[in-house]
Amino acid sequence: MSHPQEATEFLKDSAKSRWHDDTLWFIRDKRDKMSHSVPEWEDLRDLASSIKDNVLGNLADYLEEFERNATKNGIKVHWAADAQEHNEIVLSILKEKECKAIVKSKSILTEECHLNPFLEKNEIEVVDTDLGERIVQFLGQPPSHIVLPAIHLKKGEISELFHEKLNTEKGNEDPYYLTQAARHHLREKFLAAKVAITGVNFGVAETGEFVVCTNEGNADMGVHLADTHIACMGIEKIIPKRTHLGVFLRLLARSATGQNITNYNSHFRSPEKGKEIHIILVDNGRTAQLGRENFRDSLKCIRCGACMNTCPIYRRSGGFSYKSTVPGPIGSILSPGLDLQKHSSLPFASTLCGSCTDVCPVKINIHEQLYLWRQEITKAQGTSVKELSMMLGNGVFKSPLAYNYSGKIMRLALKNLPKSLIYNPLNVWGKQRDLPAVPKESFKEWYQKNRS
Amino acid sequence: MSSRDSILGKIRSLKLAQKPLPEIPDFKGAADLLQAFCTSIIGNKGEILSTEELVKKLESGIYPLVYSTDDTFEKFSNQALPVDVHSFSKLDLAILKGQFGVAENGAIWLDDSELRLRAIPFITEHLVIVISRDSLVTTMHQAYDRIGDQHSGFGLFIAGPSKTADIEQSLVIGAHGAKSLMVVLI
Repeated sequence: MSHPQEATEFLKDSAKSRWHDDTLWFIRDKRDKMSHSVPEWEDLRDLASSIKDNVLGNLADYLEEFERNATKNGIKVHWAADAQEHNEIVLSILKEKECKAIVKSKSILTEECHLNPFLEKNEIEVVDTDLGERIVQFLGQPPSHIVLPAIHLKKGEISELFHEKLNTEKGNEDPYYLTQAARHHLREKFLAAKVAITGVNFGVAETGEFVVCTNEGNADMGVHLADTHIACMGIEKIIPKRTHLGVFLRLLARSATGQNITNYNSHFRSPEKGKEIHIILVDNGRTAQLGRENFRDSLKCIRCGACMNTCPIYRRSGGFSYKSTVPGPIGSILSPGLDLQKHSSLPFASTLCGSCTDVCPVKINIHEQLYLWRQEITKAQGTSVKELSMMLGNGVFKSPLAYNYSGKIMRLALKNLPKSLIYNPLNVWGKQRDLPAVPKESFKEWYQKNRS
Repeated sequence: MSSRDSILGKIRSLKLAQKPLPEIPDFKGAADLLQAFCTSIIGNKGEILSTEELVKKLESGIYPLVYSTDDTFEKFSNQALPVDVHSFSKLDLAILKGQFGVAENGAIWLDDSELRLRAIPFITEHLVIVISRDSLVTTMHQAYDRIGDQHSGFGLFIAGPSKTADIEQSLVIGAHGAKSLMVVLI
């Protein structure tokens, strides 16, 4: 299904979709307040963007530097050209450790690689340990937001789910009670796990260390109790120096949830005595995106999710409507590079208002890239209905006479035509929306009567 | 060809323009470090305690199993450092020393030398971090300047207790890690 069709499904529950819209706006608002409290906020965005420019121009050198330093520190570095190779590497480590169950903290990359179904097919139990991710995993769903995986669910639904899966009291919807139930359930998993998987927020070339940020502490609970830590990192997550972490950690949590900083920010440089750290550097389409001049900057993304929270389309259509691992504005410029056919409706799921670009902590020109993808897609698909209507519009605007008469005709038509004709399937905009009442006269007529 | 060489080869074949790294200016930050730090910790749902307040809590017996690496509170410590951190799964309170705190966000830096076992601040039910008032720095830039090229296998900034808002955005303190963070400034 295309994005508009999926969005229609989401909007059927109007109370819930309203809640979704309001809640994400609330987070956007928190982000604004927090960013305004930092006087050098715009300088930080400029710095972050320039650092990432430098990274993209020297990516191969930084990756080699990272590999050299990480290896020196006793970390085992692996390289994966695509999702399949990434998954095979994870599996081979698990086989070597004779491990049948793992705990995993939030990693968009492993979602992108579909690691969970792959491991499950190979009879490995995967437990997602971020609360939101555990909830959606119980439901057999992917996350609907990269920072807030279960933002599409209401507490009543979670209460019912936990009653079924964790035997909590029926009807008890108290978030504290439900979270404690998950804490006890997951603690058992943490204490038993031999291998833990995490994502990576930043890899530092200069030191060979990598940084993982969480609020729940689930990444650390997993890796410090396990014997083996596997970290999965997209190659674009490299930054040159440790001092650059200062810039990115100031931006990340403030942009994501409007917090000063995440409560746990862990820097892994070498394994604890007697343990192992593996890091997998994954391409999976990133070098191809690096080669697309117009879309290269999408690789600067630090996955804060701010563009989703602010997007009027994301807020009103939900993460699942994008059918892409990374939804929202940033997902709509990343995903077409991976599969243009499958994701062809995504760059159109935008009003091009530019709010995503305004909040982006690394200053990716998201809305401009959305516009550029539309052109790529239109080229690939040929003339569309929308284009025909634009051609018609172009003719009308060229001739003053046609313009005057078209206004009169439209006012009459909108008043008298049956609704079924106005809100026909070709008019996607008409879905869930009503046009305002039609005025009797045009502004031009009103002006001539009242001002001349 | 290995995936490593093919990835690096693909990137190099693009011959992308090289842009210089920017200099990070000396951003000022709050004038009153102590006040800013305390405000940040409270904002992150942590608590600020005086030495006397913590002693009172410890004497009340609400924490049966206590492990401390800080000399001031050592007499309350009744747990030795285990060989395997799993045996701390019932630990009620860990008291650790921190290296320094960051005023702008309440983050406190600890590394392997303070932690001894990396899981301790996470596996414990409650956590106290003791830092010196003189150790406070203004922003994360000063924080990384201060860390410099220290070489520790692991280091982390802790800024508050374990928390989540994954159920309808309701803030819950105590997800998987420590259910409280108490900071003692000495």
